[in-house]
Amino acid sequence: MIFQALATGAGILVLVLLGAIIVSLLIGGLPAFRQFGVGFLTSADWDPVKQVFGSVVPIYGTIVTSILALVMAVPIAFGIAFWLTELAPNWLQRPVGIAVELLAAVPSIIYGMWGFFVIVPVMADYVQPFVIDLLGDAPWIGFLFQGPPFGTGIFTAALILGVMIIPFIAATMRDVFQTVPPVFKESAYGLGCTTWEVMRAIVIPYTRISVMGGIMLGLGRALGETMAVTFVIGNTNRISGSIFGPGNTIASLIALEFPESEVGSLKLASLMALGFLLFVISFIVLAISRMLLRTGART
Amino acid sequence: MTGASQTMQSSGPARDGKIADRLARKRRFQDHVVQGLCLFATAIGLAFLVLILATLLYLGMKGLSLGVFTTVTKPPGSNGGLLNAILGSLIQTGLGTAIGTPIGLLVGTYLAEYSAGSKLGDAVRFVSDVLLSAPSILIGLFVYTLLVTPFGGFSGWAGSVALAVIVIPIVVRTTEDMLRLIPVAMREAAVALGAPKWKSIVFICYRAARDGIATGVLLAIARIAGETAPLLFTSLGNLNWSVDLGKPMASLPVTIYQYAGSPFDDWVQLAWVAALLITFGVLALNVLARIVLRPRS
Repeated sequence: MIFQALATGAGILVLVLLGAIIVSLLIGGLPAFRQFGVGFLTSADWDPVKQVFGSVVPIYGTIVTSILALVMAVPIAFGIAFWLTELAPNWLQRPVGIAVELLAAVPSIIYGMWGFFVIVPVMADYVQPFVIDLLGDAPWIGFLFQGPPFGTGIFTAALILGVMIIPFIAATMRDVFQTVPPVFKESAYGLGCTTWEVMRAIVIPYTRISVMGGIMLGLGRALGETMAVTFVIGNTNRISGSIFGPGNTIASLIALEFPESEVGSLKLASLMALGFLLFVISFIVLAISRMLLRTGART
Repeated sequence: MTGASQTMQSSGPARDGKIADRLARKRRFQDHVVQGLCLFATAIGLAFLVLILATLLYLGMKGLSLGVFTTVTKPPGSNGGLLNAILGSLIQTGLGTAIGTPIGLLVGTYLAEYSAGSKLGDAVRFVSDVLLSAPSILIGLFVYTLLVTPFGGFSGWAGSVALAVIVIPIVVRTTEDMLRLIPVAMREAAVALGAPKWKSIVFICYRAARDGIATGVLLAIARIAGETAPLLFTSLGNLNWSVDLGKPMASLPVTIYQYAGSPFDDWVQLAWVAALLITFGVLALNVLARIVLRPRS
Protein backbone atom coordinates (compact mmCIF):
# COMPACT_ATOMS: atom_id res chain seq x y z
CA MET A 1 0.00 0.00 0.00
CA ILE A 2 2.72 2.43 0.99
CA PHE A 3 4.73 1.42 -2.05
CA GLN A 4 1.75 1.92 -4.33
CA ALA A 5 1.11 5.33 -2.82
CA LEU A 6 4.76 6.24 -3.30
CA ALA A 7 4.74 5.14 -6.95
CA THR A 8 1.44 6.91 -7.66
CA GLY A 9 2.78 10.00 -5.92
CA ALA A 10 5.85 9.95 -8.16
CA GLY A 11 3.54 9.68 -11.18
CA ILE A 12 1.58 12.70 -10.03
CA LEU A 13 4.86 14.52 -9.45
CA VAL A 14 5.60 14.23 -13.18
CA LEU A 15 2.27 15.89 -13.97
CA VAL A 16 3.00 18.60 -11.41
CA LEU A 17 6.43 19.08 -12.98
CA LEU A 18 4.99 19.79 -16.41
CA GLY A 19 2.38 22.09 -14.88
CA ALA A 20 5.05 23.91 -12.90
CA ILE A 21 7.21 24.42 -15.99
CA ILE A 22 4.29 25.94 -17.91
CA VAL A 23 3.14 28.09 -14.99
CA SER A 24 6.64 29.37 -14.16
CA LEU A 25 7.24 30.40 -17.78
CA LEU A 26 3.81 32.02 -17.99
CA ILE A 27 4.24 33.96 -14.74
CA GLY A 28 7.77 34.96 -15.72
CA GLY A 29 6.51 36.21 -19.07
CA LEU A 30 3.36 37.89 -17.74
CA PRO A 31 4.86 41.42 -17.53
CA ALA A 32 5.74 41.20 -21.23
CA PHE A 33 2.32 39.89 -22.24
CA ARG A 34 0.68 42.62 -20.14
CA GLN A 35 2.89 45.39 -21.54
CA PHE A 36 2.62 44.47 -25.22
CA GLY A 37 -0.60 42.46 -25.35
CA VAL A 38 -1.25 40.86 -28.72
CA GLY A 39 1.51 43.09 -30.09
CA PHE A 40 4.05 40.70 -28.59
CA LEU A 41 2.90 38.11 -31.11
CA THR A 42 2.73 40.46 -34.11
CA SER A 43 5.67 42.82 -33.63
CA ALA A 44 9.00 42.20 -35.31
CA ASP A 45 10.87 44.68 -33.10
CA TRP A 46 13.41 43.49 -30.57
CA ASP A 47 15.02 46.62 -29.24
CA PRO A 48 16.47 46.57 -25.71
CA VAL A 49 17.36 50.26 -25.95
CA LYS A 50 13.79 51.38 -26.61
CA GLN A 51 12.43 48.57 -24.41
CA VAL A 52 10.26 47.25 -27.23
CA PHE A 53 10.04 43.50 -27.63
CA GLY A 54 8.16 41.37 -30.14
CA SER A 55 8.30 37.67 -30.95
CA VAL A 56 7.93 37.56 -34.73
CA VAL A 57 11.64 37.36 -35.63
CA PRO A 58 12.62 34.51 -33.30
CA ILE A 59 9.44 32.57 -34.07
CA TYR A 60 10.09 32.99 -37.80
CA GLY A 61 13.69 31.83 -37.33
CA THR A 62 12.64 28.85 -35.23
CA ILE A 63 10.07 27.66 -37.74
CA VAL A 64 12.12 28.30 -40.89
CA THR A 65 15.29 26.60 -39.57
CA SER A 66 13.26 23.62 -38.33
CA ILE A 67 11.33 23.16 -41.58
CA LEU A 68 14.52 23.51 -43.67
CA ALA A 69 16.21 21.00 -41.36
CA LEU A 70 13.34 18.56 -41.93
CA VAL A 71 13.55 19.00 -45.70
CA MET A 72 17.22 18.02 -45.57
CA ALA A 73 16.95 15.32 -42.90
CA VAL A 74 13.85 13.36 -43.93
CA PRO A 75 15.12 11.95 -47.26
CA ILE A 76 18.44 10.94 -45.71
CA ALA A 77 16.77 9.45 -42.63
CA PHE A 78 14.40 7.54 -44.90
CA GLY A 79 17.31 6.23 -46.96
CA ILE A 80 19.13 5.08 -43.83
CA ALA A 81 16.04 3.37 -42.41
CA PHE A 82 15.29 1.68 -45.74
CA TRP A 83 18.88 0.55 -46.12
CA LEU A 84 19.04 -0.78 -42.55
CA THR A 85 15.78 -2.74 -42.73
CA GLU A 86 15.75 -4.08 -46.28
CA LEU A 87 19.12 -3.78 -47.97
CA ALA A 88 21.95 -4.08 -45.47
CA PRO A 89 23.72 -7.41 -45.09
CA ASN A 90 22.97 -8.94 -41.69
CA TRP A 91 26.41 -8.47 -40.24
CA LEU A 92 26.32 -4.73 -41.01
CA GLN A 93 22.87 -3.98 -39.62
CA ARG A 94 23.87 -3.82 -35.97
CA PRO A 95 27.10 -1.82 -36.23
CA VAL A 96 25.63 0.71 -38.66
CA GLY A 97 22.48 0.96 -36.55
CA ILE A 98 24.58 1.67 -33.46
CA ALA A 99 26.68 4.23 -35.36
CA VAL A 100 23.53 6.11 -36.33
CA GLU A 101 22.35 6.01 -32.71
CA LEU A 102 25.73 7.38 -31.61
CA LEU A 103 25.16 10.32 -33.95
CA ALA A 104 22.13 11.08 -31.78
CA ALA A 105 24.21 10.79 -28.61
CA VAL A 106 26.78 13.44 -29.57
CA PRO A 107 26.02 16.43 -27.31
CA SER A 108 24.43 19.38 -29.07
CA ILE A 109 27.18 21.79 -28.04
CA ILE A 110 29.64 19.62 -29.98
CA TYR A 111 27.48 20.05 -33.08
CA GLY A 112 27.49 23.78 -32.46
CA MET A 113 31.24 24.01 -32.03
CA TRP A 114 31.92 21.73 -34.98
CA GLY A 115 29.50 23.70 -37.12
CA PHE A 116 31.13 26.98 -36.12
CA PHE A 117 34.72 25.92 -36.79
CA VAL A 118 34.26 23.45 -39.66
CA ILE A 119 31.00 24.09 -41.52
CA VAL A 120 30.86 27.89 -41.33
CA PRO A 121 34.21 28.45 -43.13
CA VAL A 122 33.25 25.95 -45.85
CA MET A 123 29.91 27.74 -46.25
CA ALA A 124 31.49 31.19 -46.37
CA ASP A 125 34.34 30.32 -48.75
CA TYR A 126 32.76 27.82 -51.13
CA VAL A 127 29.08 26.93 -50.85
CA GLN A 128 27.47 30.32 -50.37
CA PRO A 129 29.49 32.33 -52.94
CA PHE A 130 28.83 29.57 -55.48
CA VAL A 131 25.09 29.40 -54.86
CA ILE A 132 24.73 33.19 -54.66
CA ASP A 133 26.51 33.49 -58.04
CA LEU A 134 24.44 30.73 -59.54
CA LEU A 135 20.96 31.55 -58.25
CA GLY A 136 21.19 35.07 -56.81
CA ASP A 137 19.95 36.66 -60.04
CA ALA A 138 17.48 33.97 -60.95
CA PRO A 139 13.92 35.23 -61.49
CA TRP A 140 11.31 34.60 -58.76
CA ILE A 141 13.55 32.69 -56.35
CA GLY A 142 16.67 34.85 -56.61
CA PHE A 143 15.98 36.86 -53.45
CA LEU A 144 16.24 33.65 -51.39
CA PHE A 145 19.92 33.36 -52.22
CA GLN A 146 21.17 36.94 -52.09
CA GLY A 147 23.34 38.80 -49.62
CA PRO A 148 26.94 38.56 -48.44
CA PRO A 149 28.30 35.06 -47.70
CA PHE A 150 28.78 35.27 -43.92
CA GLY A 151 28.91 31.52 -43.49
CA THR A 152 26.62 31.76 -40.47
CA GLY A 153 22.89 32.23 -40.79
CA ILE A 154 19.54 30.49 -41.21
CA PHE A 155 20.73 27.94 -43.77
CA THR A 156 23.82 26.86 -41.83
CA ALA A 157 21.76 26.51 -38.65
CA ALA A 158 19.22 24.40 -40.54
CA LEU A 159 21.99 22.20 -41.93
CA ILE A 160 23.42 21.50 -38.47
CA LEU A 161 19.90 20.91 -37.12
CA GLY A 162 19.25 18.56 -40.01
CA VAL A 163 22.31 16.46 -39.20
CA MET A 164 21.24 16.37 -35.54
CA ILE A 165 17.71 15.11 -36.19
CA ILE A 166 18.64 12.52 -38.87
CA PRO A 167 19.31 9.81 -36.26
CA PHE A 168 16.06 10.46 -34.37
CA ILE A 169 13.92 10.18 -37.49
CA ALA A 170 15.93 7.29 -38.92
CA ALA A 171 15.69 5.28 -35.68
CA THR A 172 11.91 5.77 -35.47
CA MET A 173 11.44 4.88 -39.14
CA ARG A 174 13.62 1.78 -38.79
CA ASP A 175 11.62 0.61 -35.78
CA VAL A 176 8.26 1.06 -37.50
CA PHE A 177 9.47 -0.50 -40.78
CA GLN A 178 10.35 -3.57 -38.76
CA THR A 179 6.77 -3.89 -37.51
CA VAL A 180 5.48 -4.77 -40.99
CA PRO A 181 4.49 -8.45 -40.89
CA PRO A 182 6.96 -10.45 -43.03
CA VAL A 183 4.04 -12.27 -44.70
CA PHE A 184 2.95 -9.03 -46.40
CA LYS A 185 6.38 -8.37 -47.77
CA GLU A 186 6.98 -11.98 -48.78
CA SER A 187 3.73 -12.14 -50.72
CA ALA A 188 4.74 -9.00 -52.61
CA TYR A 189 8.16 -10.46 -53.36
CA GLY A 190 6.37 -13.63 -54.43
CA LEU A 191 4.47 -11.60 -57.04
CA GLY A 192 7.82 -10.48 -58.42
CA CYS A 193 8.09 -7.04 -56.86
CA THR A 194 11.48 -5.41 -56.56
CA THR A 195 12.70 -4.23 -53.15
CA TRP A 196 11.72 -0.66 -53.93
CA GLU A 197 8.25 -1.73 -55.09
CA VAL A 198 7.75 -3.65 -51.86
CA MET A 199 8.79 -0.52 -49.96
CA ARG A 200 6.46 1.73 -51.93
CA ALA A 201 3.45 -0.55 -52.15
CA ILE A 202 3.60 -2.41 -48.83
CA VAL A 203 5.89 -0.91 -46.20
CA ILE A 204 5.16 2.81 -46.66
CA PRO A 205 1.37 2.50 -46.81
CA TYR A 206 1.43 0.17 -43.81
CA THR A 207 3.57 2.48 -41.67
CA ARG A 208 2.73 5.95 -42.98
CA ILE A 209 1.04 7.18 -39.78
CA SER A 210 3.98 6.17 -37.61
CA VAL A 211 6.42 7.59 -40.15
CA MET A 212 4.64 10.94 -39.87
CA GLY A 213 4.91 10.60 -36.10
CA GLY A 214 8.67 10.06 -36.39
CA ILE A 215 9.03 13.14 -38.58
CA MET A 216 7.04 15.22 -36.08
CA LEU A 217 9.32 13.93 -33.33
CA GLY A 218 12.30 15.21 -35.31
CA LEU A 219 10.53 18.54 -35.79
CA GLY A 220 9.91 18.76 -32.04
CA ARG A 221 13.60 18.21 -31.42
CA ALA A 222 14.65 20.80 -33.98
CA LEU A 223 12.32 23.50 -32.62
CA GLY A 224 13.85 23.56 -29.16
CA GLU A 225 17.48 22.87 -30.00
CA THR A 226 19.67 25.53 -28.44
CA MET A 227 23.43 25.15 -28.35
CA ALA A 228 23.96 23.90 -31.90
CA VAL A 229 21.96 26.81 -33.31
CA THR A 230 23.40 29.49 -31.03
CA PHE A 231 26.88 29.05 -32.50
CA VAL A 232 25.91 29.40 -36.16
CA ILE A 233 22.67 31.38 -36.47
CA GLY A 234 24.34 34.80 -36.73
CA ASN A 235 22.34 36.35 -33.89
CA THR A 236 20.48 39.14 -35.67
CA ASN A 237 17.04 40.29 -34.64
CA ARG A 238 15.51 41.05 -37.99
CA ILE A 239 14.03 38.94 -40.74
CA SER A 240 16.21 38.53 -43.78
CA GLY A 241 14.61 37.35 -46.98
CA SER A 242 17.63 35.30 -47.96
CA ILE A 243 18.12 31.85 -46.47
CA PHE A 244 21.80 32.73 -46.10
CA GLY A 245 20.94 35.76 -43.98
CA PRO A 246 21.52 35.79 -40.22
CA GLY A 247 18.65 35.42 -37.79
CA ASN A 248 17.70 34.06 -34.40
CA THR A 249 15.59 31.28 -33.00
CA ILE A 250 13.65 31.44 -29.73
CA ALA A 251 16.10 29.11 -28.02
CA SER A 252 19.24 30.85 -29.31
CA LEU A 253 17.86 34.29 -28.39
CA ILE A 254 17.19 33.09 -24.84
CA ALA A 255 20.64 31.52 -24.54
CA LEU A 256 22.38 34.63 -25.88
CA GLU A 257 20.47 37.41 -24.17
CA PHE A 258 19.36 35.87 -20.88
CA PRO A 259 22.77 36.26 -19.18
CA GLU A 260 22.78 39.98 -19.94
CA SER A 261 19.24 40.65 -18.70
CA GLU A 262 18.66 42.14 -15.29
CA VAL A 263 16.36 40.47 -12.80
CA GLY A 264 12.90 42.01 -13.01
CA SER A 265 13.57 43.73 -16.33
CA LEU A 266 11.08 43.80 -19.17
CA LYS A 267 13.65 42.03 -21.36
CA LEU A 268 13.85 39.09 -18.97
CA ALA A 269 10.06 38.89 -18.93
CA SER A 270 10.02 38.97 -22.74
CA LEU A 271 12.53 36.10 -22.88
CA MET A 272 10.37 34.13 -20.44
CA ALA A 273 7.34 34.88 -22.60
CA LEU A 274 9.26 33.58 -25.63
CA GLY A 275 10.11 30.46 -23.62
CA PHE A 276 6.41 30.01 -22.92
CA LEU A 277 5.59 30.29 -26.64
CA LEU A 278 8.33 27.78 -27.49
CA PHE A 279 6.93 25.39 -24.92
CA VAL A 280 3.43 25.70 -26.36
CA ILE A 281 4.71 25.12 -29.93
CA SER A 282 6.85 22.10 -29.04
CA PHE A 283 4.14 20.69 -26.78
CA ILE A 284 1.66 20.72 -29.67
CA VAL A 285 4.16 19.17 -32.11
CA LEU A 286 5.25 16.48 -29.64
CA ALA A 287 1.64 15.72 -28.69
CA ILE A 288 0.74 15.22 -32.37
CA SER A 289 3.83 13.04 -32.77
CA ARG A 290 2.82 10.85 -29.78
CA MET A 291 -0.72 10.54 -31.09
CA LEU A 292 0.44 9.51 -34.57
CA LEU A 293 2.97 7.03 -33.21
CA ARG A 294 0.39 5.45 -30.93
CA THR A 295 -2.32 5.31 -33.61
CA GLY A 296 0.23 3.82 -35.99
CA ALA A 297 1.24 1.17 -33.47
CA ARG A 298 -2.36 0.11 -32.92
CA THR A 299 -3.34 -0.51 -36.53
CA MET B 1 1.91 -5.33 -62.61
CA THR B 2 1.26 -2.29 -64.81
CA GLY B 3 2.69 -4.30 -67.66
CA ALA B 4 -0.38 -6.49 -67.97
CA SER B 5 -2.51 -4.00 -69.92
CA GLN B 6 0.34 -3.05 -72.24
CA THR B 7 1.01 -6.68 -73.07
CA MET B 8 -2.64 -7.20 -73.97
CA GLN B 9 -2.55 -4.51 -76.66
CA SER B 10 0.51 -5.76 -78.49
CA SER B 11 0.43 -8.60 -80.96
CA GLY B 12 2.65 -11.63 -81.27
CA PRO B 13 4.64 -13.48 -78.61
CA ALA B 14 7.98 -12.07 -79.80
CA ARG B 15 6.87 -8.51 -79.28
CA ASP B 16 5.33 -9.40 -75.93
CA GLY B 17 8.65 -10.73 -74.81
CA LYS B 18 10.48 -7.59 -75.87
CA ILE B 19 8.08 -5.29 -74.01
CA ALA B 20 8.22 -7.46 -70.91
CA ASP B 21 12.00 -7.38 -71.11
CA ARG B 22 12.10 -3.64 -71.40
CA LEU B 23 9.66 -3.26 -68.50
CA ALA B 24 11.64 -5.62 -66.31
CA ARG B 25 14.82 -3.75 -67.14
CA LYS B 26 13.17 -0.44 -66.26
CA ARG B 27 11.88 -1.76 -62.94
CA ARG B 28 15.21 -3.29 -62.10
CA PHE B 29 16.96 -0.06 -63.05
CA GLN B 30 14.61 1.96 -60.85
CA ASP B 31 15.26 -0.44 -58.00
CA HIS B 32 19.02 -0.11 -58.42
CA VAL B 33 18.78 3.68 -58.45
CA VAL B 34 16.80 3.74 -55.21
CA GLN B 35 19.11 1.21 -53.58
CA GLY B 36 22.08 3.31 -54.61
CA LEU B 37 20.49 6.45 -53.17
CA CYS B 38 19.80 4.66 -49.89
CA LEU B 39 23.38 3.48 -49.65
CA PHE B 40 24.46 7.04 -50.38
CA ALA B 41 22.17 8.39 -47.62
CA THR B 42 23.62 5.92 -45.12
CA ALA B 43 27.11 6.91 -46.19
CA ILE B 44 26.26 10.58 -45.61
CA GLY B 45 24.95 9.84 -42.12
CA LEU B 46 28.07 7.84 -41.23
CA ALA B 47 30.32 10.45 -42.84
CA PHE B 48 29.00 13.12 -40.49
CA LEU B 49 29.77 10.93 -37.46
CA VAL B 50 33.28 10.15 -38.74
CA LEU B 51 33.90 13.79 -39.65
CA ILE B 52 32.87 15.06 -36.22
CA LEU B 53 34.91 12.44 -34.38
CA ALA B 54 37.93 13.00 -36.63
CA THR B 55 37.80 16.77 -36.06
CA LEU B 56 37.58 16.23 -32.31
CA LEU B 57 40.46 13.77 -32.30
CA TYR B 58 42.65 15.90 -34.56
CA LEU B 59 42.11 19.20 -32.74
CA GLY B 60 41.56 17.79 -29.26
CA MET B 61 44.60 15.54 -29.11
CA LYS B 62 46.88 18.50 -29.81
CA GLY B 63 45.97 20.09 -26.50
CA LEU B 64 45.63 16.93 -24.42
CA SER B 65 48.18 16.79 -21.61
CA LEU B 66 48.37 15.84 -17.96
CA GLY B 67 48.05 19.50 -17.04
CA VAL B 68 44.49 19.52 -18.37
CA PHE B 69 43.48 17.17 -15.55
CA THR B 70 45.55 18.73 -12.76
CA THR B 71 45.14 22.49 -13.18
CA VAL B 72 42.01 24.60 -12.97
CA THR B 73 40.80 27.04 -15.62
CA LYS B 74 42.97 30.16 -15.72
CA PRO B 75 42.98 33.48 -17.57
CA PRO B 76 44.08 33.26 -21.21
CA GLY B 77 47.80 32.82 -21.79
CA SER B 78 48.60 31.23 -18.43
CA ASN B 79 48.46 27.52 -19.15
CA GLY B 80 45.19 26.63 -17.47
CA GLY B 81 43.53 23.24 -17.34
CA LEU B 82 40.03 21.86 -16.95
CA LEU B 83 40.15 20.28 -13.49
CA ASN B 84 37.32 22.33 -11.99
CA ALA B 85 35.13 21.83 -15.06
CA ILE B 86 35.70 18.06 -15.05
CA LEU B 87 34.98 17.84 -11.33
CA GLY B 88 31.95 20.13 -11.63
CA SER B 89 30.56 17.97 -14.42
CA LEU B 90 31.09 14.80 -12.38
CA ILE B 91 29.43 16.31 -9.29
CA GLN B 92 26.41 17.75 -11.09
CA THR B 93 25.92 14.72 -13.34
CA GLY B 94 26.23 12.43 -10.31
CA LEU B 95 23.80 14.44 -8.20
CA GLY B 96 21.36 14.85 -11.08
CA THR B 97 21.37 11.09 -11.63
CA ALA B 98 21.04 10.42 -7.89
CA ILE B 99 18.01 12.71 -7.61
CA GLY B 100 16.33 11.77 -10.88
CA THR B 101 16.79 7.99 -10.92
CA PRO B 102 14.66 7.02 -7.86
CA ILE B 103 11.82 9.27 -9.02
CA GLY B 104 12.00 7.92 -12.56
CA LEU B 105 12.12 4.36 -11.23
CA LEU B 106 9.00 4.92 -9.12
CA VAL B 107 7.10 6.56 -11.98
CA GLY B 108 8.07 3.72 -14.33
CA THR B 109 6.92 1.21 -11.72
CA TYR B 110 3.63 3.05 -11.31
CA LEU B 111 3.05 3.00 -15.08
CA ALA B 112 3.91 -0.68 -15.51
CA GLU B 113 2.37 -2.12 -12.34
CA TYR B 114 -0.37 0.10 -10.96
CA SER B 115 -1.79 2.21 -13.77
CA ALA B 116 -3.54 -0.39 -15.93
CA GLY B 117 -6.48 1.23 -17.68
CA SER B 118 -6.48 4.38 -15.52
CA LYS B 119 -6.77 7.86 -16.99
CA LEU B 120 -4.08 9.10 -14.61
CA GLY B 121 -1.66 6.51 -15.95
CA ASP B 122 -2.29 7.57 -19.55
CA ALA B 123 -1.75 11.21 -18.61
CA VAL B 124 1.49 10.47 -16.75
CA ARG B 125 2.82 8.39 -19.66
CA PHE B 126 1.94 11.13 -22.15
CA VAL B 127 3.49 13.91 -20.08
CA SER B 128 6.63 11.89 -19.42
CA ASP B 129 7.02 11.27 -23.17
CA VAL B 130 6.60 14.98 -23.88
CA LEU B 131 9.20 15.86 -21.22
CA LEU B 132 11.56 13.38 -22.88
CA SER B 133 11.79 15.62 -25.95
CA ALA B 134 10.99 19.00 -24.39
CA PRO B 135 13.54 21.76 -25.11
CA SER B 136 16.15 21.50 -22.37
CA ILE B 137 16.72 25.24 -22.29
CA LEU B 138 13.18 25.66 -20.95
CA ILE B 139 13.98 23.28 -18.11
CA GLY B 140 16.88 25.64 -17.35
CA LEU B 141 14.51 28.62 -17.30
CA PHE B 142 12.11 26.71 -15.05
CA VAL B 143 14.78 25.79 -12.50
CA TYR B 144 16.05 29.37 -12.68
CA THR B 145 12.64 30.64 -11.51
CA LEU B 146 12.30 27.79 -9.01
CA LEU B 147 15.74 27.76 -7.37
CA VAL B 148 17.96 30.60 -8.57
CA THR B 149 15.75 33.68 -8.10
CA PRO B 150 14.30 32.70 -4.69
CA PHE B 151 17.61 31.56 -3.19
CA GLY B 152 19.54 34.54 -4.41
CA GLY B 153 22.00 33.11 -6.90
CA PHE B 154 23.26 30.49 -9.28
CA SER B 155 24.32 27.24 -7.62
CA GLY B 156 25.53 23.72 -8.26
CA TRP B 157 22.33 22.51 -6.62
CA ALA B 158 20.18 24.28 -9.20
CA GLY B 159 22.28 22.76 -12.01
CA SER B 160 21.88 19.28 -10.52
CA VAL B 161 18.12 19.68 -10.17
CA ALA B 162 17.83 20.84 -13.79
CA LEU B 163 19.74 17.74 -14.90
CA ALA B 164 17.57 15.54 -12.66
CA VAL B 165 14.45 16.83 -14.45
CA ILE B 166 16.01 15.55 -17.70
CA VAL B 167 16.92 12.18 -16.16
CA ILE B 168 13.39 11.38 -14.94
CA PRO B 169 11.60 10.77 -18.28
CA ILE B 170 14.51 8.71 -19.67
CA VAL B 171 14.48 6.37 -16.67
CA VAL B 172 10.67 6.24 -16.72
CA ARG B 173 10.62 5.02 -20.32
CA THR B 174 13.18 2.21 -19.90
CA THR B 175 11.84 1.14 -16.49
CA GLU B 176 8.27 0.80 -17.77
CA ASP B 177 9.38 -1.03 -20.92
CA MET B 178 11.61 -3.42 -18.96
CA LEU B 179 9.03 -4.19 -16.25
CA ARG B 180 6.47 -5.00 -18.91
CA LEU B 181 8.79 -7.68 -20.29
CA ILE B 182 8.75 -9.62 -16.99
CA PRO B 183 6.66 -12.78 -17.48
CA VAL B 184 3.39 -12.97 -15.51
CA ALA B 185 4.43 -16.40 -14.26
CA MET B 186 7.20 -14.85 -12.17
CA ARG B 187 4.79 -12.48 -10.44
CA GLU B 188 2.30 -15.29 -9.89
CA ALA B 189 5.02 -17.40 -8.32
CA ALA B 190 5.78 -14.58 -5.89
CA VAL B 191 2.11 -14.10 -5.06
CA ALA B 192 1.67 -17.84 -4.55
CA LEU B 193 4.39 -17.72 -1.90
CA GLY B 194 2.35 -15.09 -0.12
CA ALA B 195 4.49 -12.11 -1.04
CA PRO B 196 2.69 -8.78 -1.09
CA LYS B 197 2.76 -6.92 -4.39
CA TRP B 198 5.48 -4.48 -3.39
CA LYS B 199 7.76 -7.36 -2.42
CA SER B 200 7.19 -9.11 -5.72
CA ILE B 201 8.03 -5.87 -7.55
CA VAL B 202 11.10 -4.93 -5.52
CA PHE B 203 12.63 -8.37 -5.06
CA ILE B 204 11.49 -10.19 -8.20
CA CYS B 205 10.72 -7.73 -10.98
CA TYR B 206 13.46 -5.19 -10.26
CA ARG B 207 16.01 -7.96 -10.09
CA ALA B 208 14.86 -9.51 -13.34
CA ALA B 209 14.78 -6.14 -15.09
CA ARG B 210 18.04 -4.95 -13.57
CA ASP B 211 20.10 -4.90 -16.76
CA GLY B 212 17.46 -3.02 -18.71
CA ILE B 213 16.98 -0.44 -15.98
CA ALA B 214 20.76 -0.01 -15.71
CA THR B 215 20.83 0.67 -19.46
CA GLY B 216 18.28 3.43 -18.99
CA VAL B 217 20.31 5.01 -16.20
CA LEU B 218 23.52 4.85 -18.27
CA LEU B 219 21.78 6.50 -21.22
CA ALA B 220 20.44 9.17 -18.90
CA ILE B 221 23.93 9.86 -17.54
CA ALA B 222 25.27 10.06 -21.09
CA ARG B 223 22.53 12.52 -22.02
CA ILE B 224 22.96 14.93 -19.09
CA ALA B 225 26.76 14.82 -19.15
CA GLY B 226 26.67 16.76 -22.43
CA GLU B 227 23.78 19.10 -21.63
CA THR B 228 24.68 22.78 -21.77
CA ALA B 229 21.49 24.79 -22.10
CA PRO B 230 19.92 23.82 -18.75
CA LEU B 231 23.16 24.67 -16.90
CA LEU B 232 23.59 28.16 -18.39
CA PHE B 233 20.95 29.71 -16.13
CA THR B 234 21.31 27.40 -13.13
CA SER B 235 24.92 26.61 -12.24
CA LEU B 236 26.18 29.30 -14.63
CA GLY B 237 29.76 28.06 -14.83
CA ASN B 238 32.68 29.16 -12.71
CA LEU B 239 36.20 29.92 -13.85
CA ASN B 240 37.57 29.51 -10.32
CA TRP B 241 38.08 26.44 -8.19
CA SER B 242 34.86 25.65 -6.34
CA VAL B 243 33.21 22.49 -5.10
CA ASP B 244 30.65 24.40 -3.04
CA LEU B 245 27.21 23.32 -4.26
CA GLY B 246 25.72 26.57 -3.00
CA LYS B 247 27.86 28.60 -5.40
CA PRO B 248 28.08 28.77 -9.21
CA MET B 249 29.79 25.63 -10.48
CA ALA B 250 31.85 24.93 -13.58
CA SER B 251 31.03 22.11 -15.99
CA LEU B 252 32.64 20.83 -19.16
CA PRO B 253 29.82 21.80 -21.57
CA VAL B 254 29.48 25.34 -20.20
CA THR B 255 33.26 25.75 -20.27
CA ILE B 256 33.23 24.68 -23.93
CA TYR B 257 30.56 27.30 -24.58
CA GLN B 258 32.56 30.04 -22.86
CA TYR B 259 35.92 29.07 -24.34
CA ALA B 260 34.92 28.19 -27.91
CA GLY B 261 33.41 31.62 -28.46
CA SER B 262 36.42 33.44 -27.01
CA PRO B 263 39.09 35.16 -29.14
CA PHE B 264 41.98 33.48 -27.27
CA ASP B 265 43.73 30.61 -29.05
CA ASP B 266 44.66 28.70 -25.91
CA TRP B 267 41.06 28.87 -24.65
CA VAL B 268 39.74 27.60 -27.98
CA GLN B 269 42.31 24.80 -27.83
CA LEU B 270 41.09 23.86 -24.33
CA ALA B 271 37.51 23.92 -25.61
CA TRP B 272 38.49 21.28 -28.20
CA VAL B 273 40.07 19.17 -25.48
CA ALA B 274 36.94 19.48 -23.36
CA ALA B 275 34.82 18.59 -26.40
CA LEU B 276 36.98 15.52 -27.03
CA LEU B 277 36.67 14.38 -23.39
CA ILE B 278 32.92 14.89 -23.16
CA THR B 279 32.11 13.33 -26.54
CA PHE B 280 34.18 10.21 -26.07
CA GLY B 281 32.93 9.88 -22.50
CA VAL B 282 29.33 10.10 -23.70
CA LEU B 283 29.87 7.70 -26.63
CA ALA B 284 31.65 5.21 -24.34
CA LEU B 285 28.67 5.27 -21.97
CA ASN B 286 26.34 4.66 -24.91
CA VAL B 287 28.35 1.71 -26.16
CA LEU B 288 28.57 0.36 -22.60
CA ALA B 289 24.80 0.69 -22.21
CA ARG B 290 24.27 -1.37 -25.37
CA ILE B 291 26.67 -4.05 -24.20
CA VAL B 292 24.89 -4.25 -20.84
CA LEU B 293 21.53 -4.70 -22.52
CA ARG B 294 22.66 -7.21 -25.09
CA PRO B 295 22.96 -10.56 -23.25
CA ARG B 296 19.33 -10.59 -22.08
CA SER B 297 17.57 -9.12 -25.09
